[in-house]
Amino acid sequence: MASPSTRGAAIDLKSVSKHYGSFIALDKVSLHIEPGEFMTLLGPSGSGKTTTLNVIAGFTEVSSGSLDVGGKSVIGVPAHKRNIGLVFQHYALFPHMTVSRNVAYPLTLRGIANPDREGRVRKALDMVKMADFGHRFPSELSGGQQQRVALARAIVFDPPLLLMDEPLGALDKKLREWLQLEIKRIHRELGTTFVYVTHDQEEALVLSDRIAVFNQGRIEQIGTGRQLYDEPETLFVGKFVGDSTILRGAASTSGNETAIDVAGRKVAAAKRLGDGAKPVMLLRPEKLSLARRGKGGQDRNTLPGRIGEAIYLGSGSKYEVVLADTSKAIVRSTLDAETFAIGDEVDLVFAGSDVKLLADDENADFTLT
Amino acid sequence: MKQPGRILLGLYCLLVAVWLVAPTIVVVPMSFNDKKSLAFPPSGFSWQWYQNFFTNPEWSASLVGSLKVAVVTALFATVIGTLAAFGLDRMKSRVSGVLRALLITPMVVPGVVLAVGIYAVYLDTRLVGTMAGFVLAHTMLAVPFVIIAVSASLEVFDKRLETAAASLGATRLTAFRTVTLPLIAPGILSGLLFAFVTSFDEIIVALFITSPYLKTLPVQIFSSITRDADPTVAAVGTLLFITTSLVIGAGLLIGSRQGKR
Repeated sequence: MASPSTRGAAIDLKSVSKHYGSFIALDKVSLHIEPGEFMTLLGPSGSGKTTTLNVIAGFTEVSSGSLDVGGKSVIGVPAHKRNIGLVFQHYALFPHMTVSRNVAYPLTLRGIANPDREGRVRKALDMVKMADFGHRFPSELSGGQQQRVALARAIVFDPPLLLMDEPLGALDKKLREWLQLEIKRIHRELGTTFVYVTHDQEEALVLSDRIAVFNQGRIEQIGTGRQLYDEPETLFVGKFVGDSTILRGAASTSGNETAIDVAGRKVAAAKRLGDGAKPVMLLRPEKLSLARRGKGGQDRNTLPGRIGEAIYLGSGSKYEVVLADTSKAIVRSTLDAETFAIGDEVDLVFAGSDVKLLADDENADFTLT
Repeated sequence: MKQPGRILLGLYCLLVAVWLVAPTIVVVPMSFNDKKSLAFPPSGFSWQWYQNFFTNPEWSASLVGSLKVAVVTALFATVIGTLAAFGLDRMKSRVSGVLRALLITPMVVPGVVLAVGIYAVYLDTRLVGTMAGFVLAHTMLAVPFVIIAVSASLEVFDKRLETAAASLGATRLTAFRTVTLPLIAPGILSGLLFAFVTSFDEIIVALFITSPYLKTLPVQIFSSITRDADPTVAAVGTLLFITTSLVIGAGLLIGSRQGKR
């Protein structure tokens, strides 16, 4: 058996575009994925993440650009010759075959005979903890079980690359969280390159080595979950990954400092953007704190507001604060912090050093469907 | 206690049922008549008309002729109809709608009109009274049934399974053979049975293109009953009724099992 690090294939997309008539599904997407890496393509529906997956799988032909898998160009290679594992949201198990025969299917196609075939089927089913279900038909299994069988079928022929298209999208939250850990374990054990498509940013954060954030056919940013959360490069990434508060208003710069006027009250950060960009401030919920009105202190930025929603989370509380300009701020506080009720008049307090200063972008809005 | 409304409804249903099956049921006792007459009710009991059916060469030859035509027709119609249904399924919907309507026309056009047309063409091409002529005409009549049956199972077939098969290494042909075909097999089988029965039952076209050398069973029945009151007709009718019911019943059963899994 090869060592895990050599079993995954590197993927190289260079300036890949896909047009459907005048509609641009992918706009010069470039993405390098390391061998054995867990890469998640994250974005709202219609952002191009699934198109990218289909391009890699061979179901969608590119309009322009290059695509290498394992160092070789696969442009023009039909899907069935690419030797890439694929897991679908809808499982796509063959209903007329038992679990064992489903998993054996890709091996049979590759001319692998018994007893080798049987052994590999058992190993794959063992890996997804479905070894006792070999004789069952897919219709006799739950959604989570079916997806595990589909996963076994996609890895049984040792593909150097596994693509997953929202595989947990049809499952409920608890099951999804458990299967996320299972997928992580399987990735670790196989050493195969995983490319995972989802619109669920929490799922992306749990699973991935790196995440590529898609919006309107382009990649906005590629990075680890921490990078995306702590250092978003665009307003879209800041809004899509994690909760955030956006402060907008008339901006003024003096020296190295940028100030924004939020309904008559100025807040400032010791940062500045390049010329021509309209700055907005982005703040993560745990960087914000709340104080009773007038008790916010003088040395930090404060904005008056009223508690619009108070949610108890067990590990702390989450507040939605309506600011003077009717925009909403999201604040997370720890268990030992002071608690507030809906309607309380508060001061929103934050340090200038915690502000992310980003260029405003009208394409940063998204809808989740 | 049942309400009077329910009793009335039951009686009404019974009446309709009797009306629907009575003509068929009447044939059965007539086939056991002991005299050479088609009187109802029969005057006595005998098996002689069944015996006559199997021993009289005129009857047995027509049975063999019918079976040959029906089997070959069913095979041709099933292959052609399945391919057509598959093609229609994978086409752009506007084109396929027109094509589908065109392919179904033999079911809609009055039988006599078709028969006259076929007869006129066959006279010129010397197909009257030939096996090829019968199979050609009956296949045309049977293809729509196969298209309808196979289309119904293709409609519930999940095309994404073919995508999955491709990702696992299957060519389009392999995917069709190992995934699509087994899953639409019930539709194909019920189409095959309907095609067989369509040919086996067919009388109008057969009457036009028949010859002394090749007769089908329905033609033999028709000519026998117009000549004299031979109760063998009733015996044949009873046998046909039983076989057809079994075949169609099997077809419906297979069709209804589709998609349960």
